Amino acid sequence: MSQPTIKQVLLEPIFQNNPIGLQILGICSALAVTSNLKTALVMSIAVTLVIAFSSMFISMIRSQIPGSIRMIVQVVIIASLVIVVDQTLKAFAYALSKQLSVFVGLIITNCIVMGRAEGFAMQNPPVLSFFDGIGNGLGYSAMLIGLGVVRELFGAGSLMGYTILPSINNGGWYLPNGLLLLPPSAFFLIGLFIWALRSWKTEQVEKEDFRMAPQVSNKEAY
Amino acid sequence: MSNQKESTARTLLVALLVCLVCSVLVAGAAVALRPVQQENSQLDMQRNILAIAGLGEPGMSGAQVKAVFEERIVARLVDLQTGRFSDAYDPAGFDPLQAARDPALSKGLTSGEDIASIKRRENFTVVYIVGDPEGHIETLILPVRGYGLWSTLHGFMALRDDLVTVQGFGFYQHAETPGLGGEVDNPRWRGQWPGKQVFDEQGDLAIRVIKGTVDSGSASAQHQVDGLAGATLTANGVNNLLQYWLGEDGFGPFIDNLRAGEV
Repeated sequence: MSQPTIKQVLLEPIFQNNPIGLQILGICSALAVTSNLKTALVMSIAVTLVIAFSSMFISMIRSQIPGSIRMIVQVVIIASLVIVVDQTLKAFAYALSKQLSVFVGLIITNCIVMGRAEGFAMQNPPVLSFFDGIGNGLGYSAMLIGLGVVRELFGAGSLMGYTILPSINNGGWYLPNGLLLLPPSAFFLIGLFIWALRSWKTEQVEKEDFRMAPQVSNKEAY
Repeated sequence: MSNQKESTARTLLVALLVCLVCSVLVAGAAVALRPVQQENSQLDMQRNILAIAGLGEPGMSGAQVKAVFEERIVARLVDLQTGRFSDAYDPAGFDPLQAARDPALSKGLTSGEDIASIKRRENFTVVYIVGDPEGHIETLILPVRGYGLWSTLHGFMALRDDLVTVQGFGFYQHAETPGLGGEVDNPRWRGQWPGKQVFDEQGDLAIRVIKGTVDSGSASAQHQVDGLAGATLTANGVNNLLQYWLGEDGFGPFIDNLRAGEV
C-alpha cells in the first residue's frame, strides 16, 4: 500500500469518505450543537483542532506506545487537548461555551477522534496524521455547517443570529418550523444529506448483505 | 525490540510520562486561564443584571458593563429567614447557589413548600439594588429560580421603587426547548413584563403567566402576561417560581419589611 499524500488525506474525508456521511461517526454532537450556526461553527473548529493535534501527538510517540495500553494513552492525550480547548473557550468565548455546555467535554468520546488516532495516526508519520486530522475535521465541519444552516434558517429564520426570514413571533411573516430546532430533526437532515451524497457518489452505497427471499411459502406467515 | 517495548517496566514508564506531560498541560491551562474565566462569568452576570434592570444596552462592551454596574448597583446580603439585610458575609464573594447545596447554610423544603422544585433554599442570598439601600431604592433586583420543563430557570425579577411594579424580568440560564419554552428569552415576551404589577391592592401575589393572550381591557390585565405558545409547562414553572420567591418563604417578608421601612 503506497503512502497517501497530504492532499488526499486532507480532501478525501470531505465528500469521498465523510466521517459522518459514510462512516456514520460523531452523530451525537451533530444532533446536539447544530440548532444554530454559531455553535456548530465553534464546535467544528474545536473538533478539528482536537483531531489534528491528537493525531499529530499520537503519531509522534506511536513507536513508543506499548500495544497493551495504546488506547488508554490515546484517550489521555485526547482528553488533555479537549480540556485545554474547553478552558480556552470558557476564557475567551464565555457565552458560547455556556451554549455548548457539556458537548465540548464530550469531544473526548467523539468516535471520529478516537477512530483517526487508532486507525490512522498509529501507522503514519506526524505531519500526514496532522493533515489527516484536519481533513476529517473538515468533513465533520462540512456536515455540521450544513445542518446548522438548514436548522437555524428554517427553524428560527436567522443565520448567525441575524434575522434572514423575519418570524411571526417578531412581527414578520415567516412561521418557523420548530421541529428543526429539536435534536431529532438533525437525524432526518443527516439522513437526507447521506441520501444526496450517495446519489451523487454511487460508490458509497453499501452492498446488500443479503437479499430477502421472496415470500412464496405460506408456512412462514404463521 | 518489540519485546522490550512491551515489557511491564516500559509500559509503566510510558504511561507515567504521558500522564505527567498531559497533567502539566491541563493544569497549566486551568491555572493560567482561571482569572480570565472568573472575570467573564462575573461580567456575564453583571450584563444580565443590567439588562433586567433596564440599564443595559445590547452592544455594551465589557468595560462599559463593569463601569455602569459599579456606578449604579449595590449588592447586599439578605437574610431570608428574618427578611432583613445582613452583614454576615461579604456579598461580593457569597455564592447563594453554593450555599443552597450546603445543609448548614440552607433549609430543605418539604414537597408542600417546594412549589418551585428547588429542593433546598439558601438562608442568605444576594440582592442587587439601584439607588441607596438604606434610603430610597430605585430598583430592587431579586434572584429567582425554579424548575421549568427540562431545567432550572435562573433569573432576576427587578421591581421599581413602589416594590409592586415590574421593572424587568428575565432568565440568564436555562435549558428549555428552543423555540418553545426557550421563548422566555424572546425580547418581545420579556418586553411585556415592565409595568406589570406583581401584587394586587390587598398586597397578595397576583402576577401570572396565563394561557393565551392577555385581554388588555380586563381588570386583571396588569397582573397578567401572555402565555408561551406550546410551552405550558415552562410557563407553569415561571408562575411557580414567582409564587415561591415573592411569597412567604422567599422574599415576601423582606419586601414587607422594606415597605415598612424596617430593614
